[in-house]
Amino acid sequence: MDSGGTTRSFTLPSAIENVPGAENWRSMYPYFTGFQPGDDQRFWFYNSMHFPEPMPAFDAITAEIPYTAIGANTTRLFVLPTTLGIEHRIVNGRVYITAIPVTDPAEIGRRAEIFSERAGYYYQNWDRLYAGWKDRIASLISEIEAITVPELPEFEDERVVMESTGVAQNHYVRENFHKCLDLYSKMWHHHTEFLMLGYGAYVVFFEFCKNAFPEISEQTVARMVAGIDVIMYRPDDELKRLAKLAVSTGLAEEFPEGCDPEAVLAALPERGEAGRAWLAAFDAVRIPWFHVSTGDGFYHHHRSWNENLAVPFAALTRYVRLVSTGESLDRPTATLLAERERIAAEYRALLATDEDRGAFDQMLGVCRLVFPYVEDHKFYCEHWFTTRFFQKIRAFGELLVRKEVLADPDDIFYLQHYEIDQALADLMLAWASGGPPLGAAHWHPVIAERKRMLDALKTWSPPPALGPVPEALNDPAVQMLWGITQDTIESWYSQSAAGDEREVRGYGASSGIVEGTARVLRDVNEIGTIRDGEILVCPVTAPSWGPVFGKIKAAVSDIGGTMSHAAIVAREYGMPAVVGTGQATKRIKTGQRVRVDGDRGVVTILG
Amino acid sequence: MVPSPAQLARPLTALRGDDRPTVGGKAASLGELTAVGVPVPAGFVVTTAAYRQVVAALGPDGALGGQIERLDPADRTGIAAVTAWVREAILATPIPADVRDAITTGYRALAGEEGRGAPVAVRSSATIEDSESASFAGLGDTYLWVQGEDAVADHVRSCWASLYSVESVSYRRHQGVPERGLAMGVVVQLMVDPRCAGVMFTRSPVTGDTSVIVIEASWGLGSALVSGDVTPDSYVVSKVTGEIVRRTVAAKLRQHQRDPAGAGVCVATVPAELRDVPCLTDAEILALAGLGRRVSEHYGAPQDIEWAITGSGAGTEAEAGQRVLLLQSRPETVWSHRPATPVAAPKARAFDHVLERLRAPGTTR
Repeated sequence: MDSGGTTRSFTLPSAIENVPGAENWRSMYPYFTGFQPGDDQRFWFYNSMHFPEPMPAFDAITAEIPYTAIGANTTRLFVLPTTLGIEHRIVNGRVYITAIPVTDPAEIGRRAEIFSERAGYYYQNWDRLYAGWKDRIASLISEIEAITVPELPEFEDERVVMESTGVAQNHYVRENFHKCLDLYSKMWHHHTEFLMLGYGAYVVFFEFCKNAFPEISEQTVARMVAGIDVIMYRPDDELKRLAKLAVSTGLAEEFPEGCDPEAVLAALPERGEAGRAWLAAFDAVRIPWFHVSTGDGFYHHHRSWNENLAVPFAALTRYVRLVSTGESLDRPTATLLAERERIAAEYRALLATDEDRGAFDQMLGVCRLVFPYVEDHKFYCEHWFTTRFFQKIRAFGELLVRKEVLADPDDIFYLQHYEIDQALADLMLAWASGGPPLGAAHWHPVIAERKRMLDALKTWSPPPALGPVPEALNDPAVQMLWGITQDTIESWYSQSAAGDEREVRGYGASSGIVEGTARVLRDVNEIGTIRDGEILVCPVTAPSWGPVFGKIKAAVSDIGGTMSHAAIVAREYGMPAVVGTGQATKRIKTGQRVRVDGDRGVVTILG
Repeated sequence: MVPSPAQLARPLTALRGDDRPTVGGKAASLGELTAVGVPVPAGFVVTTAAYRQVVAALGPDGALGGQIERLDPADRTGIAAVTAWVREAILATPIPADVRDAITTGYRALAGEEGRGAPVAVRSSATIEDSESASFAGLGDTYLWVQGEDAVADHVRSCWASLYSVESVSYRRHQGVPERGLAMGVVVQLMVDPRCAGVMFTRSPVTGDTSVIVIEASWGLGSALVSGDVTPDSYVVSKVTGEIVRRTVAAKLRQHQRDPAGAGVCVATVPAELRDVPCLTDAEILALAGLGRRVSEHYGAPQDIEWAITGSGAGTEAEAGQRVLLLQSRPETVWSHRPATPVAAPKARAFDHVLERLRAPGTTR
C-alpha cells in the first residue's frame, strides 16, 4: 500500500515478489504477458472471474486468444468510442487485465461516427444476425469435432500413394494442431461478436433504473431482463428429466447416492426394457448437453460432464431421490415469467412521467433483444466448443505419450502452445528420419519444474488490484461482466487499507440472510466435497455448477456482477448470494461459520 | 348555539378525512386509517367545538386571530410576549362543564376495565396540521402516559394552549397561514407500550425513490427518534418485490420509555446487548411495509407514518401485523412538491440509448 504519496494506489506491479519455489514462473508464459516498467502507472485488476487459479503454460491461451478477439472487436470492428481493447499481464501465474481508454474528445467523436453506423446495423438486424451466428458457431463446433490426430504408424496408409494425395501424414500433425488453435481463435471472434453490444444494452437499462429508482437493487433490474428459456439450464433440466424417467420406470434404486456412474451404466442393461430405454434416453442427452463444462472453459482441467460423469450423477441421484419422494423438480417457468412481467409493469407504473415510460420500454426491449445471446453464447462457446477443443489438444498429448516424449497426456498442458509446436516438429522429424524424437530428455524436467511451480503459485493470494486507483471506470463490459465499478474499487481499496476483519463485502446478488458452514472451493474438481446445507465460497461459480445449488444454502464469490451466473442461478434457487467480494476465498476458511447477507452484500465471519 | 355532547367528543372510528375542520388533521387522519382497517390505538377526539368554547372566553370573535396576524414573523420578542399571554389565558380558563363531561365520558369508555388510572396519550390535532401543503409536524404538544380523569382534562387544555407556542405561531407567520378557521382538536388514545417504534416513509426521504418504503426504528417510544435523541435503524423495502433492499443497524444508545417514577416519559440507556441489534425482525419489517403500502395506496400519495410495535419479535409476518399499530399518517410534503423531471426520453430508435451511452464516457455508479 502506497500510503505516503498523494495519489492513492494499490500495490505496484513492479513491487510484486516471486513466490518462493516458483521463481522461474516467467518461463511458462510468452514474453508479451510480462509486466513492463510503464505498467506501474496504470490500474490493473485480477481477473479472478475467468482465471481463479495459476495458469498452466498451455492454458494461458485462454487469455491470449480471447483478448485477441475482444480487442479486435472493440478497437477495430465496432470501434467503441471510449475504449480500445483489454491488455493482459501474467504475474506469479495470475492474469491481470486493464482496458485502454480513449480520452481525447476529438478521437472519441471520430470513433463514435463509425461506431454508430456499425453498432446500429447490428442492433437493427439483431435477430437475423444472431440466427446466422448460431449456424456459424455450429459449423465451427463440427469442424473442431472432426479434427483427427495422425497416428504416425510405421508405414503410411497406401491411399496416400495409390490415390497420389502427395502429402505424408506427419505434415498433418502440425496442420491439425494449428487447426485446433485457429478454430479456437475463430470461436472467440464469434464469442465476442455481440458481446459489447449486449452488455452495453444492460448497462444503459441498469443506469436508467438506478436514476429513476435510486434504491432499486441490481438484482431486481436483472429480474426484469432475464429470460426463462436459457440454454445454460438445459443440461440440468435434462438431468431432471432423466431422474423422472428413472423413477417412473421403476429404476430408482439403481441410483443410490454416491454410486459409481460406470457401475450403474453397466448394470442397467440387466434391468430389461426399462433399463435399455433409460440408457437410450441417457445417450441421446449426452450429445450435446453433457458437453457442458464442469468449469467455465478457461482451464484444461475443466472437463465436460461426458468426461467426468461423477458430476452429473451427483445431481442425478439427488434428483431421483427427490422425485421418489414426490417433489416436482420443474422450474415454475410460467410463474417466473409472470413475475418478471409484474415487476417490470409495476416499476413502469411508478415512473414519474410518460417520457420515462417510453424510454423504459425502449431500453427494456433492447435488453430482452440481446438477452438470448448474452446468456446462450456461453453454452456454445465456453462449454460445447471449448470442452471439445481441450479434448483434441489432449489427443495430441496422447500422441506425444505414444511416441514417448511425454509421460502423461495432460503433460501437454504444461507447455506453451509455441513449445508444443517444437515438440510436434520433433515428432514429425523423427518419424521422417526414422530416428527417435529428442523431446523426452528436454521436456520432462521442464514439466516437472512447472508442476512444482504451479503448486507453489497456488499458495499465493493475488491482490484484487494493482497500480493507482483510477478516477473513472467506463468500460461497460468491466462493469457488467466483472461487477467492477468505482464502488468495487473503493471497497477493495478500503479493505486493503484497513478493513473489518470479520466482514467481506461484495454485491448482494440475491436477497436473504442465512448462516452456515463455509466450504471454500478454489478448484472445480473439489465440487464433490460440498455437503448439504453448506455455504459455497468460490472464486467464481460456473453455470454448470447448477446442480450444486440444490445442495448449498448460499453462494459467495470473489468475482461476478449482477448478471453473472452465480447471481442468476442463486436468484432462481431463491438463496442468498454475495458476489464480487474480491477476496472471499482468501479470507474465509472451510469450516468457518459465516453469515451471508444477500441484501447488503456482506459476508460476516462468525468464527 | 350550545354544542351537544356528541359534538364535543367523538370516537376515532367515527371520523373520516373530511372531518378535519372539526377534529383537526391528526384525528381526521387516524379516523381515516381505522376506516381502511389499519390498526390504530383506540381513542376519541375532543373536537374543535370544545376548543372554541374555551377560546371564546378570551375575547370577541376574531380579535385574537387579528392580533396574531399582525405579528411580525421576525419579531421574536413580540411573538413571545403575545403567545405567553394567550397560553396563560387558556390555561387559566376553567374547562366548561359540558366539555369536561365529554372528556370524562370518553376517557371512561376508553379505559374500560383498566379503570380510572388507564394510561393514555393526549395529542394535539390542529386543523392545519398534516395538510398536503405543510406538515406542521411536531409543533403541537403531545403528552404520553397520562393517567386519571383530572390529568387528562388538564393535558387537553395544555394541547389547546400549545396552538399558541412560540414555535407554532412563528411557523404560521412565516408561512402566512391565516388564523381564521384555525382551531385545535385533541386526540386521547390508549397508551401503547412499544418494544420499538419509529417512522415509515412510503417514498424514500433521502432519494425520493417512489418504489421503496423506508422504515426507521429504535427501541421504546417513537419520541426518541422523532426528537433526534437516537440514531435509528433503517430498513429499505421494495414495494414491488417485497425484498428488504438494505438494512442499516445503528448503535442505539438511548430510548424513551415510561417514567417509572410516575406519569410521563423518561430517557433511559439502552442495555448494551440491545444497542447493536436490529430492533425489527424481517417479518415485522414486511408487515410494516405492507401497511405502509396500503395507506399510501388509500391516499393515492406518499405518506410519512408513525408506528409502534408491541410484544416480542417472534412470529410470522401475519402475526407481526397483529402487533403493529399506526399512530399517525401525514402526506409527504418535500418530494411531492418538486416538479417531476424525466430521467430519460424516448429516442428515434430504441438502441440509440445504447449508442449514446457508449459515446459518452462517464457516469459510473
